[in-house]
Amino acid sequence: MIAPQSVGVVVPQRAEFTTPLALRSGGTLNNYHLVYETYGTLNADRSNAVLVCHALSGSHHVAGTYADAPHNVGWWDNLIGPGKPLDTRKFFVIGVNNLGGCYGSSGPNQINPATGKLWGADFPFVTVEDWVESQARLADRLGIERFAAVVGGSLGGMQAMSWALQYPDRVGHVAVIAAAPKLTAQNIAFNEVARQAILSDPEFHGGHYYAHGVVPTRGLKLARMVGHITYLSDDSMAEKFGRSLRHGRNTYSYDVEFEIESYLRYQGDKFAGYFDANTYLLTTKALDYFDPAFEYGGHLPAALARASADFLVISFTTDWRFSPERSREIVYALLHNKRNVSYAEIDCPAGHDSFLLDETRYHKLLSAWFDRIEV
Amino acid sequence: MTSYRYDYDVITQWIEPGEKVLDLGCGDGELLRHLMDVRQVQGYGVENDPDKLLASVNNGVNVIQMDLEKGLVGLEDGFFDHVIMSLSLQAMHNTLGILAEMLRVGREAVVSFPNFGYWRHRQSILNGRMPVSESLPHQWFNTPNVRFFTIADFDALCEMNGIAVRERLAFDEGKLVLDEANFLASVAVYRLGRNG
Repeated sequence: MIAPQSVGVVVPQRAEFTTPLALRSGGTLNNYHLVYETYGTLNADRSNAVLVCHALSGSHHVAGTYADAPHNVGWWDNLIGPGKPLDTRKFFVIGVNNLGGCYGSSGPNQINPATGKLWGADFPFVTVEDWVESQARLADRLGIERFAAVVGGSLGGMQAMSWALQYPDRVGHVAVIAAAPKLTAQNIAFNEVARQAILSDPEFHGGHYYAHGVVPTRGLKLARMVGHITYLSDDSMAEKFGRSLRHGRNTYSYDVEFEIESYLRYQGDKFAGYFDANTYLLTTKALDYFDPAFEYGGHLPAALARASADFLVISFTTDWRFSPERSREIVYALLHNKRNVSYAEIDCPAGHDSFLLDETRYHKLLSAWFDRIEV
Repeated sequence: MTSYRYDYDVITQWIEPGEKVLDLGCGDGELLRHLMDVRQVQGYGVENDPDKLLASVNNGVNVIQMDLEKGLVGLEDGFFDHVIMSLSLQAMHNTLGILAEMLRVGREAVVSFPNFGYWRHRQSILNGRMPVSESLPHQWFNTPNVRFFTIADFDALCEMNGIAVRERLAFDEGKLVLDEANFLASVAVYRLGRNG
């Protein structure tokens, strides 16, 4: 045991691919690139690689900091590093920015090699399955035949699950955290509100706002605000903000009055300042489309029959966007197939965002699970 | 690992190699680990205590977090060969409910429990104190047990509810008891099935 440490300063890398990638949507990416980061060292057997899949607003910057931006800490830094649950003294950890993302991999805000212009709205629809396919090609490039584990939370958990289905022989362990086998109608509904906010922003320009030198920040801000509401729990919002008034009294205006309004506007503005609206649209659609049981008549146990990995499924009691019930569906479907699976429901007040916190029981469980993985 | 429990030997004898086994209230997963090692079972534990669940994961045992008082909702009828509840039935409120659930999802149920009718327990009560023993190790004020019953009580419950007692072994702190089990045995282990 050592005190948990940061992986330190990291440098993103870039891999170019020229073999066309056929997408589920019918489109094809003839050549594309992925940006990624790695932490730890790939062992001689190449058996200690762990892929961390990111969620809606995540990126390849999973852990550590940048030399020129010491405060830009990776989004799951509390999980990954020497002495942390996903210990980089044992594992070689990889984070990839998904196709269609806005952090440097091929996506709407990158140059379309065919036209020499930004992709914008012309970037094809991508699915969870497409991402897994592209991640597998990156694994090929890095000489990784089989991942010791693929892990992810939320949309990242869906990718981890899909890995077990698309490449059962290439993944030993899968951790599906705060995820679901498919979105519910209510969940799709929230995504649709977010998309409509962006699509109806006058500065969206059909997705080609780059060419107009503008950004649909108002739409993106609204999208983030509605998303944020669903990532927190009623209780955590009540505890954090309650009905606190900024001015201590009603001002009878549409300016910020309640602290929750201030918080949501701040989060929305911040997000709209760095995230890409087209990526938001594409990614929410990928969430909506994910449904591995669909081609099995909705029968999840049949869909998961292909999986052979050992699973860890984790949900959080106050997560209503990806509720424990949805996680249990995955567990029962794995059980049906006699797969190794453990399931924990972590009592944490923070709602869907709980999966990003270093809640003690949650991280102890992940530590124990990663410790058992032989590399 | 915690101390090896003698009811584990009996339970192990009743499990065939390669069976699907569910262990309710699996604790740190010790019994399942044992059954995986000597019977190569496909085992799953159920635990609702986060610390015990963590211990099971540490032991490399499949463990599902579930509140047994709510039954085994989500598990398929007849999926398991054996559903085990080792020394936990006395700590559950919904006694009949969980027995029915065990026999719904399993071909057979294996249940062990401390016998409140054990002579030392009776002696303790006659002396005016609640029993504390190897099989009832807690004090009255900190016991997790909520149901206090004897072997005779359990037999009657099975009889009334159409539960078939296929086999019963009784022990006096580790030694097999052949006669007068309700008086001489501190722990009983049952193999149960559905009548008919």
